[in-house]
Amino acid sequence: MTEYRNRILAVVVLVLLAPAAFAQVLDIEIYDGQVVRTPIAVVPFGWEGESANAPLDVAAIVSADLYRSGRFDPKEERDMLQKPTTGAEVDFDDWTILKVEAVVVGKVIQTGANAYTVQFQLFDPYGQKQLVGYRMPASRGTMRRVAHRLADMIYKELTGVEGVFATRVAYVSAEDRGPDKMYRLVIADYDGENESVIMESTDPIMSPAWSPDSRRLAYVSFEGNRSSIFVQQLRTGNRIRVSSEPGINGAPSFSPDGRQLVVTLGGIDGNLDLYTIDLTSRQKRRLTTHRAIDTEGSWSPDGRYIYFTSDRAGGPQIYRIPATGGTPERVTFEGSYNARPRLSPDGKKLAVLTNDRGNFRIGVVDLRNNALVVLSTGRQDESPSFAPNSDILIYATRQSGDGVLETVSADGLIRQRMASGSGDVREPVWSPFPRF
Amino acid sequence: MSSYKLLILFLGACALAGCGGGQTIPDPEPTEPVMADDDASTSGDEFEDWGGGEMVDDDLMGAGELGMIIYFEFDSSEVRAEDTDLISRHAIQLADNPGARVRLEGHADERGSREYNIGLGERRSQAVRRLLLIQGASASQISTVSFGEERPANPASTEDAWAENRRVEIVYTN
Repeated sequence: MTEYRNRILAVVVLVLLAPAAFAQVLDIEIYDGQVVRTPIAVVPFGWEGESANAPLDVAAIVSADLYRSGRFDPKEERDMLQKPTTGAEVDFDDWTILKVEAVVVGKVIQTGANAYTVQFQLFDPYGQKQLVGYRMPASRGTMRRVAHRLADMIYKELTGVEGVFATRVAYVSAEDRGPDKMYRLVIADYDGENESVIMESTDPIMSPAWSPDSRRLAYVSFEGNRSSIFVQQLRTGNRIRVSSEPGINGAPSFSPDGRQLVVTLGGIDGNLDLYTIDLTSRQKRRLTTHRAIDTEGSWSPDGRYIYFTSDRAGGPQIYRIPATGGTPERVTFEGSYNARPRLSPDGKKLAVLTNDRGNFRIGVVDLRNNALVVLSTGRQDESPSFAPNSDILIYATRQSGDGVLETVSADGLIRQRMASGSGDVREPVWSPFPRF
Repeated sequence: MSSYKLLILFLGACALAGCGGGQTIPDPEPTEPVMADDDASTSGDEFEDWGGGEMVDDDLMGAGELGMIIYFEFDSSEVRAEDTDLISRHAIQLADNPGARVRLEGHADERGSREYNIGLGERRSQAVRRLLLIQGASASQISTVSFGEERPANPASTEDAWAENRRVEIVYTN
């Protein structure tokens, strides 16, 4: 179905730290393999069960996850001098000779008709010690996620950063179907596998947003040639139309407690302003009143502010307003066009769509010093969204006319293209961490 | 923006003076009689006596004779001078047919942020709506929707395509 193109572009962004509060992007150069990957070995997992093979090659999924992170170089199976499946069988000398800095061994054990235990251990062959070991129950249906979860634990142990291998991405695809287009709201694993269509329509679908518990998606649909905001339960498919006012209903985003949405309403006179909607009482409260376009509201992770796009000063720039109402203050000053703000979950960075010398690209603003760094290199990039670990962003770019998805590390060093979905893919949004 | 305000003032004065009230009808496109003649020569069309160009069809189907798309400059919601006559004629039709309803569908080109482009499309719809209102259409006859960049008339990524996509489409809904 879908697959990553294992093409890694490493990007080095040279930043001149000016004495003033702002940094400037001096130059962007692209190198292959500039990032030093840590050599690692993920030994094929053992299998104890009825059939000849395990239901899933867990080691292959773990290995692919670690490779895709851009930070590891998993060794080929043919280079391994031994293939242990438990810690007792590991001969550390066989691994230091390969210069690997970590070894993963494990096995899948069948415990029932559709019940398995997946266990693994991570070793440091130089220190000759176990770093982490874990055993998890799985079914055939959950084993892929368990494998991703396992990769998360290894990544966390080795880098200190939470892995995002068990997360998902929602996006919109548009495909030509005769004279019409078919729009689909799709959810897939972060690696593009397990795609499922949540909603489809011949009218446009826009602006998907995850609830903090990952169980609901808000989105805009133009069914019936008018815009409405829906909140849909992923498990049941049930959806509620939460706003269908005259004119524009757009740009939904959940509050961190999941109880409210911030949305954009235009009304009969078409003056776009931010409103919050209480999802229980359905009460709407107006946040901004300016006659300019105010849109793309996005909550700060601490719930105190709502960041948004406004062209009250001419071109679009980012502002923020207290979530309970108040006076907006301007956040971005660099460049003529900054839109679609998204805070990193750690609250330290702000992703924006920025006009970079005539190209629309993904920028990240360091909120400590307001320095803007451009992380993408396309001409029509859009819709940045942070992974829940604040370390990676996903966005849409163009490839021969169609939208495709790319990820870039927040330091700009590792960029990858995802070949997910068919048709024109846009508006990716990264899910929060799953809850186990 | 100043020329836009002047335009509003002019059209407002025009409305007060009665020229928007359906008494004076703007001169039709010079091509109309030619088209009628063409029709007549090929099919014996019954409208061959349209030569004077003074008729405006009261029938809503006649809206099809009018242009239905208004185009805009980059990053602008200002109606171009050459489109004001077209909008006037739609306003007259709406004023003369209180049961008529239109949906103004605003669009933007693909550059920039999608939700912000929804705003730009809406701004264009509203510019057309204001001109219709000031010339006698009533608010209850007009609804607006913005598709932003979601429904391009031309999917290409060229200056020409972008110019085709920055538009308001006037859709009669009954």
